Amino acid sequence: MATMKFMCDAERCIECNGCVTACKNANEVEWGIQRRRVVTLNDGEPEEVSISVACMHCDDAPCIAVCPTETLFQRDDGIVLHDKDLCIGCGYCLYACPFGAPQFPQQNAFGERGKMDKCTFCAGGPAETKEEEYQKYGANRIAEGKLPLCAEMCSTKALLAGDAQEVADIFRQRVVQRGHKDGGWSGNPRADADSLAYDASQQG
Amino acid sequence: MSHTMQWRSLWRLGLLALMLALGLALSQGALAQQADPGREAAFAVPAVDADLWRQVKAGETGPNYRDSRAESTYNLVNASGETWRQIRERWISPFGAIAVLGMIAAIALFYLLVGRKKLDEPRTGRKLLRWSLVVRSLHWTVATLFILLALTGLNLAYGKTLLRPLFGDGAWAAMMSGTKLIHNYLGPLFGILLVILLLRLLSHNIPKAHDLQWFAKGGGLVGKGHPDAGFANGGEKVWYWLLATAGLAVIVSGFVLDFPNYGQARDTMQWANIIHAVGALGLTAVALGHIYIGTVGTEGSLEGMTTGYVDETWAKEHHNLWYEEVKESAVPEEQIAQAKGPSGSSPQGSS
Repeated sequence: MATMKFMCDAERCIECNGCVTACKNANEVEWGIQRRRVVTLNDGEPEEVSISVACMHCDDAPCIAVCPTETLFQRDDGIVLHDKDLCIGCGYCLYACPFGAPQFPQQNAFGERGKMDKCTFCAGGPAETKEEEYQKYGANRIAEGKLPLCAEMCSTKALLAGDAQEVADIFRQRVVQRGHKDGGWSGNPRADADSLAYDASQQG
Repeated sequence: MSHTMQWRSLWRLGLLALMLALGLALSQGALAQQADPGREAAFAVPAVDADLWRQVKAGETGPNYRDSRAESTYNLVNASGETWRQIRERWISPFGAIAVLGMIAAIALFYLLVGRKKLDEPRTGRKLLRWSLVVRSLHWTVATLFILLALTGLNLAYGKTLLRPLFGDGAWAAMMSGTKLIHNYLGPLFGILLVILLLRLLSHNIPKAHDLQWFAKGGGLVGKGHPDAGFANGGEKVWYWLLATAGLAVIVSGFVLDFPNYGQARDTMQWANIIHAVGALGLTAVALGHIYIGTVGTEGSLEGMTTGYVDETWAKEHHNLWYEEVKESAVPEEQIAQAKGPSGSSPQGSS
């Protein structure tokens, strides 16, 4: 069984926010929620670097561990989904997640949280009908044999999605092509010691 | 003299020119290598090194950090969530369960070994007013809310493990939604009423020197006879001050968690959650002791909080100093029953 993963190649991300827009559009995400975001470090400086972030569909997902209602669950292919019927809006997944993926609509009085929403790897979620699934979770592109739209639409192919092994192979190939031992994250003076990408270039 | 100096400096100048030419040639070679069309530019993004990523993970980002999500308060990587998870899963959950279940076991064992604390002397039939109607109403409202909040809180913490297998999806969803509504909506009411009750009972719970004696005698368990006690004995004062400290911490942290609309950061809510869980589980364990002592554990205690009156004998044995103060105001049982009248309304009094 494949294990589905996202990977963003920060050497290629140009902060166009196309992934953010594609996600919004593909999933008709409700107002105030943005499942994917682009983070830029040192914006406007020579060492500026951008990376696209959403749910990383962790193997040992902290959100699943702390959820008191079993709203969150992991499919056999590693995709972490949520069941909106079970969510009570306690916010524990939000406390636990390292990437700020879970979000809550807070349109009620006193900011009371509604039902959690997060990236589904474009794999929908539990529902009776297709219409209900789309309305609650957005597109189920995986069921149609397609990858998440954010990665499919990425203009520089910085954002990769798919079977972890294939994503790793593509990235490894890139690092080898770049032709220097710190091709994963440039300019690393401790590349020999730090960089997994260096190992990849040695094996390539 | 001056001639030799001139020759020497000329020689130096020549050497410098040679080195410059050599260096230029070398760097030309390097540039040619970089321009290899088969390779991407070697240093397209300079100085994004491992140290930068470590800083990002530690949340140390510069002023030029941008996030495309509106009103985002997140870092790229928020490592504090894992700390919160570990504290919650490894410490609070198991030790909270041990505290609550351990207290139940300890009380059961105590009841089996020592049994109920009966009155040493027979009742006199003359009663003393101990708790006014206002205090009794407050006490039972706060007590009911405490039990509801404890049960819903325990369900939020342990329901997934204990109850989830018993429910189908539909019933489970409804039960958990109800749990959250009860907990989040009744919580603030409990907080306000507990503060009022604590203020009302403050004057009875100022620590006194004789409380130390009370503790030394284990509240009467060690040695013979009852240790000195005023209106509240040492144990009751501990319960009061636990509620006034840990209880207030639970209330304040509960408000932080219940009203996420004041811009409090995620890290603040993680700590509030830890304080809330530790305080609430601890208080739940101690409350079990309070419930036992106030009902099954001690003869004559419960009627004080239900009818408002306690028997003279009970007052003399458990609160001798208070008894000395108020013994003049003792009234016969029949008089209270008459005063209540056929309507059953209890007399108002002050405590």
